[in-house]
Amino acid sequence: MKTESNLEKVLAAGHLAVTSECGPPRGAIPEEVVTKSKHLEGFVDAVNITDNQTAMVRMSSFAASVITRQQGLHPLLQMVTRDRNRLAMQADIIGAYSLGIDTMLCLSGDHTKFGDHPMAANVHDIDSIQLVQMVRDMRDEGRFQGGAEMKGPPPKMFIGAAANPFADPFELRVMRLAKKIKAGADFIQTQCIFNIDKFEKWMEGVRARGLHEQCYILAGVTPIKSVGAARYMKNRVPGMDVPQEIVDRMAAVPKEKQPDEGVDICVETIERLKNVEGVAGFHIMAIEWEEKVGEIVKRAGLYPRPQV
Amino acid sequence: MITAERKPLEELIEYVKPYKRILLLGCNECVTVCAAGGRKEVGLLASGLHMAMLKAGSSIEIREHTLERQCDPEYVEELVPMIDQAEAVMSMACGCGVQQLAMRFKDKPVFPAVNTKFMGASERQGVWAERCQGCGNCMLGETGGICPIARCAKQLMNGPCGGSANGRCEIGEDVDCAWQLIWDRLKALGREESFVEITPAKDWRAGGGSGPRKIIREDLAE
Repeated sequence: MKTESNLEKVLAAGHLAVTSECGPPRGAIPEEVVTKSKHLEGFVDAVNITDNQTAMVRMSSFAASVITRQQGLHPLLQMVTRDRNRLAMQADIIGAYSLGIDTMLCLSGDHTKFGDHPMAANVHDIDSIQLVQMVRDMRDEGRFQGGAEMKGPPPKMFIGAAANPFADPFELRVMRLAKKIKAGADFIQTQCIFNIDKFEKWMEGVRARGLHEQCYILAGVTPIKSVGAARYMKNRVPGMDVPQEIVDRMAAVPKEKQPDEGVDICVETIERLKNVEGVAGFHIMAIEWEEKVGEIVKRAGLYPRPQV
Repeated sequence: MITAERKPLEELIEYVKPYKRILLLGCNECVTVCAAGGRKEVGLLASGLHMAMLKAGSSIEIREHTLERQCDPEYVEELVPMIDQAEAVMSMACGCGVQQLAMRFKDKPVFPAVNTKFMGASERQGVWAERCQGCGNCMLGETGGICPIARCAKQLMNGPCGGSANGRCEIGEDVDCAWQLIWDRLKALGREESFVEITPAKDWRAGGGSGPRKIIREDLAE
């Protein structure tokens, strides 16, 4: 074991892991983080706390992670390279670790163009792979990115990275995963999977390189609330691959039944993905729909969560 | 080259309104090539300013002149005989030219007539695109001759983000994904495996991170 992370313990014990996410509020409303945490309590091994997702200002991932931890859950601190340089990120990493946060996800972040501050500078001092490398070196070598030795115990972070099997060029997607693992990624959370065939094709490539044995791959899933949401994800969200049959299936049921249909699709997806060799768990992204996570976890046979 | 675009006429009128006699200066280098501030654009802007001032019931005397290079002190010296007749200078050169004038003629107001944009290349007639950010430590040899610093919207140094689709960047249909271009080139060169090498965090000191940059060539400097 590299860390004390609950997620690592669950994965190392051979269980299918479950993570979910919580988007912090757009204001100083700690109660909202508490409410979202309550929905997830007992159903997940770690909770991703997003970092200014969609390039909109929100309560910091760091602060919301601390609140989540105070609720007894295991926060998974997301960190994007868009907003801060390497000094600020390292400061937050040791700060977060000092407050009991031991699991993180390294991302480059959505471009500011898509958010509410399109006039802001995109920092990108380092990229997501260099961030993984930086955290790994902080943890395993006890030194800062600039080379200086850290004081005290190194931050034992369980390091995650993202993978999108649906983006182009497809042939690079496995190689990029290999690169993230080489940089030090311990686990991977994928983009939401709707196109299972394409995901399986990607996993074939992953297994061909033995990458599933070098890191834990958590398959990303999302329950869709409505046919409108399905169309939006299909047409508007960069990097999403929603096949037409999913949209058609959502469209075929009356509006009030669509949320149930979305949950059904999500549960069926998890069931299918359980059979894919190399899938070590699931990352359930129920965006602003955290209250559904428990039901999904139960129906997918992933409840109760193991105590490790 | 350094590319630039003419500022809107209204903004330029505000600059010159307080003056009766100005010197309007073009530059024969980059801004001529990108049709923003060469001899021809100097003529066009002068007419525009004249007309606008006349319309406003005022007038302005504009002396037009175009230097070979505004960023070079040797050519700026040419202005010495004519500078005193002007109350202010409007420069159509890039920001380097404007500053060269401001440094040389310390008591003369100097105004920029263009917005300096980027270091780029011409894609076709009338279209220029960014190609270099002057990071000071060229990595084109490793990236198939395509720059991820200048051409990837997230400056990713280790491959495409999850928003690359059909060769396009997530920020817009009209923007190529730099990493798709790089990957296509690496394949064409038979260098696919070089992609797996991790490019370490960049040292931005060479790229302006340690303050304004300067090149001193001892063999040439006087």
